[in-house]
Formats: sequence, structure tokens, C-alpha cells
Amino acid sequence: MAGKNQAISTPTVGLFVTCLVDLIRPSVGFAAVKLLEEAGCRVEVPQSQTCCGQPAYNSGDKSDARALALNTIAAFEGFDYVVAPSGSCAGMLKHHYPELLGDDPETAERANKFAQKVYELISFLVDVREMKAVSAAFEANTTYHDSCAGLRELGIKKQPRELLASVKGLTLTEMDEAEICCGFGGTFSIKYPDISNAIVEKKTGNITASKTTCLLAGDLGCLMNMAGKLSREGKRVEVRHVAEVLAGMTDTPAIGQGDEGTQ
Amino acid sequence: MKPVSHAFKDNAKQALADEPLRRALGGIKHGFVANRAKARAKLPEFERLRDEARAVKEHTLAHLDLYLEAYEKKVTETGGHVHWAATAADARAAILQICQAAGAKTVTKGKSMVGEEIAINEHLEAAGITPVETDLGEYLIQLRHEPPSHIIAPAIHLNKGQVEADFRREHTDLPDNRVLEEPAQLVAEARAVLRKQFLAADVGITGANLLIAETGTSVIVTNEGNGDLTQCLPRIHVVITSIEKMVPTLEDANTILRVLARSATGQECSTYTTFSTGPKRDGDPDGPDEYHVVVLDNGRSEMLGGQFHDMLRCIRCGACMNHCPVYGAIGGHAYGWVYPGPMGAVLTPSLIGIDEAGNLPNASTFCGRCEAVCPMRIPLPKMMRHWREREYEKGNTPAFYKLSLKAWAYAAKNPRLYQTLTGLLIPLLARFGSKGRFRSLPLASGWTRYRDLPAPQGKTFQQLWRAKEMRS
Repeated sequence: MAGKNQAISTPTVGLFVTCLVDLIRPSVGFAAVKLLEEAGCRVEVPQSQTCCGQPAYNSGDKSDARALALNTIAAFEGFDYVVAPSGSCAGMLKHHYPELLGDDPETAERANKFAQKVYELISFLVDVREMKAVSAAFEANTTYHDSCAGLRELGIKKQPRELLASVKGLTLTEMDEAEICCGFGGTFSIKYPDISNAIVEKKTGNITASKTTCLLAGDLGCLMNMAGKLSREGKRVEVRHVAEVLAGMTDTPAIGQGDEGTQ
Repeated sequence: MKPVSHAFKDNAKQALADEPLRRALGGIKHGFVANRAKARAKLPEFERLRDEARAVKEHTLAHLDLYLEAYEKKVTETGGHVHWAATAADARAAILQICQAAGAKTVTKGKSMVGEEIAINEHLEAAGITPVETDLGEYLIQLRHEPPSHIIAPAIHLNKGQVEADFRREHTDLPDNRVLEEPAQLVAEARAVLRKQFLAADVGITGANLLIAETGTSVIVTNEGNGDLTQCLPRIHVVITSIEKMVPTLEDANTILRVLARSATGQECSTYTTFSTGPKRDGDPDGPDEYHVVVLDNGRSEMLGGQFHDMLRCIRCGACMNHCPVYGAIGGHAYGWVYPGPMGAVLTPSLIGIDEAGNLPNASTFCGRCEAVCPMRIPLPKMMRHWREREYEKGNTPAFYKLSLKAWAYAAKNPRLYQTLTGLLIPLLARFGSKGRFRSLPLASGWTRYRDLPAPQGKTFQQLWRAKEMRS
């Protein structure tokens, strides 16, 4: 696998920005670009990308989900790799597009071919580009939440921890139940707010109990959910996407914090 | 039991406000979840065993007609009777007929989810026959007239104090001043009360975890021994079960049993695993004079070969609900019928219809933990999504939600429009959220009721990227 990947010395990566990063937190997108370039990739950002289609797919609206999937595939199938700073969106592109487009042999083949190029950002850096360390520094005692799709659909667990270990000044303390859902679940958080709240309350309890001052994860949806709950509870925890820390781009206010900073 | 799944949201709200329930659910993590993890770690071939167990069930389901017939033949050869029941009503009628033919007054019962599914207790009671649940958890909820809240731990929602109060209310022939503080004292009292019932029963009804085609055997796994007393002491043993419990051979049964106990309670093997084949033979020291098996379909054969086929592999271990964050927050009663948690979210709509149970497959974050722990590798989230698709096609999706989804999808399918709209709206929104978050926002109250909503940083990534490209 590694040998095959090394064959492309300067691969062209299409960055699937994800709709949340595009709209809410562009700094994560720029961090992703920086990391990919550090890993020897040329990065392009197709303008015709919008959303992976998960809200439609998970709401039972297959026809819109299919249309969005085909739009994404058309925008990205020319690249060597397609990389997203989100396990959830990457999982959608990699595992669910082939299923969604599997009925028609023509789209099935396109989706399967496309899926082979898709990676989540951090696992791409570690598993494909064999990145071992980053040059960033970040003075903080952090904890890491394993987002569900990244963990269970893509097997992302060690990769972010490996790279975080190389960040100067950073310590990582594991919280209890790091692998348990934060209660976001996309539209679930809006359709079942009471249950979603009960789940995220458990999560913020575990975060606080870890006695860390900074929460990291690889998915902006989960991060917004946890950051929103922490700030509502008045807990002073800095919440960031792991890519920002690895890229050394932590001068922007943390998620849910204004210009007054995090303290 | 009349389903109240349509009231899922209200049920969930009530459950979330129930502090003793939340505490009881909090214990699952240290019990079932921790024990399963230990059992799995101790068995290196566990993952391979899951594949084998899955293959056994897949093979059986592919040839289910043949195995059902072979099973019936064997049961008949060994002196038992098979009663096919296409519907719950057929199953109830068959059981009542057996009980009435025997002139039964009291019927003891081992734990059976199919028994719950067909609501056999109510049916027997209405005919003047007293059913007595003998599994401790089932006994507790029978005293309270409640349905089970978990498929292997039916009274998991109750605490010691509630049980003591129920015993004092119901066991009125016992002295008022008896001490009922320790679990052991409660168990001893239940045993003493139930012992009399075991001896008095005319018919014993049990479920079956497995049916074995090559021998015509039904298998139950229990930890209390109540199942054995239920099926051996009365004159008649009735097994109430369903078609997908079938496996071809004893060896196959063993494969399933090895993953079942570990996935359910973390035991290598349940305390009692009981194989029943026919009635008492000449020379047998004990056993029933009559052995009946009522095999329920109730919509299952319609699932064969369809989108929900994989659900028929379920062996009712409960691992999916033990590991489900939603079940862990609200417990089983909120699901409103017999089967809760992820397996219930898939199975319930198949059995009672999507109009009644529509909320169940929607109330999932798709975190995937259920599928990850399912010993039979059932793709539960995928099947929940299939139910959402059917709901959407039927037009059951709430109007405002559907309209929002459609408007968003329309924009997302037109990248230029999407970039223009988001390029206008997002910077505007960012200006209002200058503190970095919103404490409330129109149309986002579901979110902001409980959480702040992080505000956009400013311009969109696409705007910034294009500007950067233009400069360079």
C-alpha cells in the first residue's frame, strides 16, 4: 500500500472542504491545506463542491442525496486523492456513495473508483503520506474525542494521537468514554434536542472530569455541539479542530469564542 | 400490549426527567458493557466466531422452509407437537387452547420476548387463567403491570427501593416487620413465593433462544434456573418462539451460544443452558407429559430477502441497546412497545408498522456502536436509514422539516447559487455573532434551547480561497 502511494511523489489532492468548515470555520480548511502541502501534496479546491449530501441521505431523501453525490464525484474524480477534514463526510464519500449509487452499474463503478481515492485528512497524512511528526507548538493540556464515523467507519484512532504527540508543549490526557457519541448526529440534534442534550451532557461531564483545558476532535459538527454545550454550561474549555493544532494555526479564537479569546 | 411508540418524544421526555431511571441506566456501563469487553478480550477467536455465527444464520435463513419442515418432523418423531402461527392472534389461540384442554388454572412462564410480542399474559388472564412470570425481572414488572424495558434485563429500570415497596404491597401474607434491605433478602423472598407457583402450575410456558432442526430441540439460556422449573414441573410444556430462531445442527447451536452469552452478559456461558427434546420418555425421571412448540411468523417471513432480511439474524443478546447512547439516555419504555434500542428501532416498524413506530428509526445518531458490537454483524444503522427512506417516500416526514431539507438541497445541488447565497448570508450571520456564538437564533431553537451555537468566523472558505487565488 505504502509503496503504491509513494509512486505519486507530488499528488494532487482535491480538498473536500465540507459545508460546515466552509461556512462556519474556514480556518480548519486553511489548516488542512497547510498540512497537505507540508505532506508534499498540491492542493486544489473545486468551486463546484457544496455538501456531501448526508442530511438528505440520513433523512431518507435518496434522490437529492444521489444528485449531491454525483455532483461531488464530478467535481473530484480527476484528482489523485480526495481529502476531507471530517471523518463523517469522508465516510459518506467513501462508504455510503457506493451504496447510494450501487443500483445503476454505471454510477456504481464511478462511485467505487471514486471511493478508493477518498480519505479523512489526518489518516491520509499518517497512513498514506506517512507523516510522523508536525512542526507545530501548542502549550495545552488536551483531551481528544473520537468522532463516531471516523472511528467506526474509517478506523481513525491512533493517527491523530501520533501526530499530536509531536506537537511541542502539548500533553494529551484521555477522557473516559472518548469513543462514545457526543449526541450530535447531524439532524438528530435538531429532531430530538432533549435526547441529544442528555448525551452531550454526559460528554461534557467526561471532558470536565479529565481536568484538561482544551478539547480536540476531527469533526466540526461534533466540535460545535460540544463547544456549544460547554459554553452554555459556563465551562472554560478551549475547543478546536485537531487540524488547527497540527498546522500550528491556533491564533484564531477557539470554536464558539469571540475575539475576546477563550479566557 | 398496545404500542405507544407514536408518543416516543413525550415518552423520552418523561424518561429524561426520571432520576432513578437515569441512575439505573448509568449502571449498564459498569455491568453489561464492561463484562462484554472483558469476555471478548479473553477469547482471541471472538471476531472469527462472530463471522461463523453470522454464516450459520445466513445459511439457515436462505433455506428456512426446509429447516422448518425438518424441525417439525423431528419434533413430531420425538412425541411433541408443532403449532404454526402466522399471526400473534393465531399464537395466542393455540396456547389458550392447549391450556384450556388441560384445564389449566395457573401457568408459570419463563422469560420470552415472543410472549411479550403476542401479549400472551393478557390473553390468558382474560380467559381466567393466571400466568405467573418466574424470571425475577419479569416477575418484578408483572407485579407493576409494566412491559420489559430491556430484552434480557426486563427490570433494569428498577432499583432496590422500588422492588421492596412492590413486595410489601403484593406479598401481604408475609410479616410486615420482615427485613428487605439487601438484594439477597429480596431474591430469597421472590424464590419462596415463586416456589409455590412452580409446584402449583398446570402448564409451563418458556421461550426459546434457538431451535435445532436436526434434533427437534428447543434451547433456553437462563441464569436463574427458573426456566428449568417452569418446563419440567408442570404436566405440559409450551414453547413460544418464532421462525428465525432456527439453526440446522447442535454444532451450529453451539457456535451461536458462544457469542450469545459473551455479547449479552459477558459470561462465557449462561448459568443454565437447557436443551428440550419432546416430552418425558419412558424411563426419564422427570419432564412434561406433553411438549408443544408454537412457532410464530408475525411478519418475519415477509422480511426474508428484503431490505430488513439481516434483522432476522438477531439473537436477542441486547448488546446493541447496552452500547446505544440513546437507549442509555432514555431506557426501554420510551420506545413504546416490546423491543427497544437499535434492534427495536429496526424490528418494531416491521412488526407493527412504520406509521406507529416512525420515530424509532429516526431517533439514532448513527454512531454505529450497535453494529460494531452486534455478534451477528447486523447493519442496524443502515436498516434504520431504510425505514427513514420508506417514511420519506410515504410522505410521513414532518412538513416543515421536509421543506427546509428541500430548500437546502435545491441550493446545494446548484453550486453557483449555493456559493452566492452562503457568500451573502454567512458574513451577515458572522456579524451578528460577534461574540463567537449565539445564545438563541430564530429557526434554531432546537439547538439553542440547550447549547450555544458557534457563529461563523466571517467569510466562507470558498470566498477566502478565491480571494487568495486572485492575489497570487
